[in-house]
Amino acid sequence: MLKRAFKTWFLWELLIGLSVTGRYLFKKKITVEYPEEKTPLSPRFRGLHGLRRYESGEERCIACKLCEVVCPALAITIESEERDDGSRRTTRYDIDMSKCIYCGFCQEACPVDAIVETQEFEYATETRSGLYYTKDMLLANGQRYEAQIAANIAADAPYS
Amino acid sequence: MLESAFFNLFAGLCVISALGVVTARNTMHSVMFLVFCFFNAAGLFFLLDAEFLGVILILVYVGAVMVLFMFVIMMLEQKKDALKSNVRQFLSLGGLVAVLLLMEFVAASSSGVFVHGAHATAAHLGRQVNNTEQIGQVLYTKYLLGFEIAAIILLVALIGAVVLTIRKRKDAKYQNISAQVKVRREDRVRKVRM
Amino acid sequence: MSVMDMVIQAVIWALEILAIAVPVALSVAYITYAERRVIGWIQVRKGCNRVGPAGLLQPLADGLKLFLKETIIPARANKLLFVGAPVLALVPTLVAFAVVPFGETSLFGQWERPHVMAISNMNVGLLYLMAISSLSVYGFLMAGWASNSKYPIMGSIRSTCQMISYEISMGFGLVTVMMLSGSLNLADIVHAQAGGLLHWYMIPLFPMLLVFFISGCAETGRTPFDLTETEELVSGYNVEYSGMWFATFSLAEYGAMILISLMTSILFLGGWYAPIPALDIIPGTVWLLAKTSFLVFVFIWFRATFPRYRYDQMMRLGWKIFLPWTLGWIFVLGVFIYTPGLDHIINFWLAWR
Repeated sequence: MLKRAFKTWFLWELLIGLSVTGRYLFKKKITVEYPEEKTPLSPRFRGLHGLRRYESGEERCIACKLCEVVCPALAITIESEERDDGSRRTTRYDIDMSKCIYCGFCQEACPVDAIVETQEFEYATETRSGLYYTKDMLLANGQRYEAQIAANIAADAPYS
Repeated sequence: MLESAFFNLFAGLCVISALGVVTARNTMHSVMFLVFCFFNAAGLFFLLDAEFLGVILILVYVGAVMVLFMFVIMMLEQKKDALKSNVRQFLSLGGLVAVLLLMEFVAASSSGVFVHGAHATAAHLGRQVNNTEQIGQVLYTKYLLGFEIAAIILLVALIGAVVLTIRKRKDAKYQNISAQVKVRREDRVRKVRM
Repeated sequence: MSVMDMVIQAVIWALEILAIAVPVALSVAYITYAERRVIGWIQVRKGCNRVGPAGLLQPLADGLKLFLKETIIPARANKLLFVGAPVLALVPTLVAFAVVPFGETSLFGQWERPHVMAISNMNVGLLYLMAISSLSVYGFLMAGWASNSKYPIMGSIRSTCQMISYEISMGFGLVTVMMLSGSLNLADIVHAQAGGLLHWYMIPLFPMLLVFFISGCAETGRTPFDLTETEELVSGYNVEYSGMWFATFSLAEYGAMILISLMTSILFLGGWYAPIPALDIIPGTVWLLAKTSFLVFVFIWFRATFPRYRYDQMMRLGWKIFLPWTLGWIFVLGVFIYTPGLDHIINFWLAWR
């Protein structure tokens, strides 16, 4: 009874709350200061898209349009034609990054591992048109991040 | 010289804002003018060394009474057209009050209290004279009865207002905050051995 | 009094006002910074540290941003009062600093008697503070009404109700201080607490200290009582405000926070006196400002710790707990002062006997 009155009038519970936050005041801070420090990314991280090539330099994409079909945001546009050597190739492969929801279905649907998502996520632009990636840009992406992509696929291989 | 300058400033602003109260079309502006008027009246009190009265004027009237005024006015709908048509209706009554007030002012000013040389600003009291203390001394000895009667009247009004507005509704759902606050962890949480 | 004297007097007044107003404005700016850093630390973050060394230029950047933003006035708003409301909220806070004594100085022995460092060391300083700080209600009320919009008026009615309710228990808390010190002059109240920690009014008036400080939180609309800016009201009375006018409201809030902290340290924590008389060699102003900054820190600490009160809980706390409690304490103090057997206990703190 007396204890309870003491606790009420001296705002005991509030003091406990204050002591908790007071202790956290001196804890080690967990802030990651982004542009200088970055958190590690998973090999399955889904960022900017890239189109890969075989080691011979041949495009992997066979224009099967599975990615276009599976894309839930209708971000991918593909047009295809027969090439001179008789193989089926894309003439147009565009991804609108402002539509894309980065679900990674295209990567999963692709039978030849042509379309992949890299770990790149710092590609903000000042215009919307800057987020519209054409086939050439995607191929360039694939070339630029090939080492990273290959490493990630290798790292994820035991689980897929 | 500085003092009379300040007197003229406060008195002038007081009169102007009082005019503003009655001439403003917007009721909210009226209230703000009234607040400003009270302020200048408080300034006049300060010039008379009556700082207690001045501060109490601000504290009670500006800080409390006018806020409640404002609450009421905020809730009312403003009808600008109605203002015009009612002027003639209230002219006779208002005019009567105005004439009466004017007569009172004339009577007071010619009564001899305000003859030349008897200005309250003529001599300032020293810093050691404590306005608050003096008022307290007089209020609780000489004018104790009047003071207490005023207090009782206010208390009656207070209780009356509470009695008039209080009503218990059976169908309303109230939260019993005392009970909510009294709850301790032991009442609600139980350790169970699984 | 010649014209020259008047000019000199006017210049002195202007300098005195500047000497108070500029540091207040600066400390308001840096309290916003301190608040962000401290709350950050409590939430195991680092807080703002990008602009300038350790983020010290952040308040300037914020100020610049707000200053350059467009001020939007709603089409159906009452323009005069809409623009006037932030000023009405800020001015009382700044005016109240006129009577706050920041310490005592004899100007390094130049003056025989130490002078109180206040713009006006008036006899009714305490009442003046109460009166002036109750005026900022108008700013919030006008802001809500003049916006001609639903959420602001709800917010302004809430904040006004809150301020009026807690003003009362705050005032009664101050009555107990007056009973002990026998004066309304802030410098005299501090003088009555001379002689070390035990003489401070926080010892006999500890519950009043709590009531006063918590009411202060409610007055300034700080966190456990920040119902004026709850989510269901979007952000209360200042929904329609933007840019510099919006910033003026937060200037007023933080200014009021400093004022409440100053008042608490003057009234209950011995003002410019050190806890141990031997430590009085450190200038009194330093002590006063140290106490004040600690209390400002407590305000921020509260904000990082406590969840928001429900509105009916807050009203109950003001009217049904604080008010009877302060009135009861006044009664108890009166009994102690005037009962022959008991008065020797209270005489220790009674300066006027």
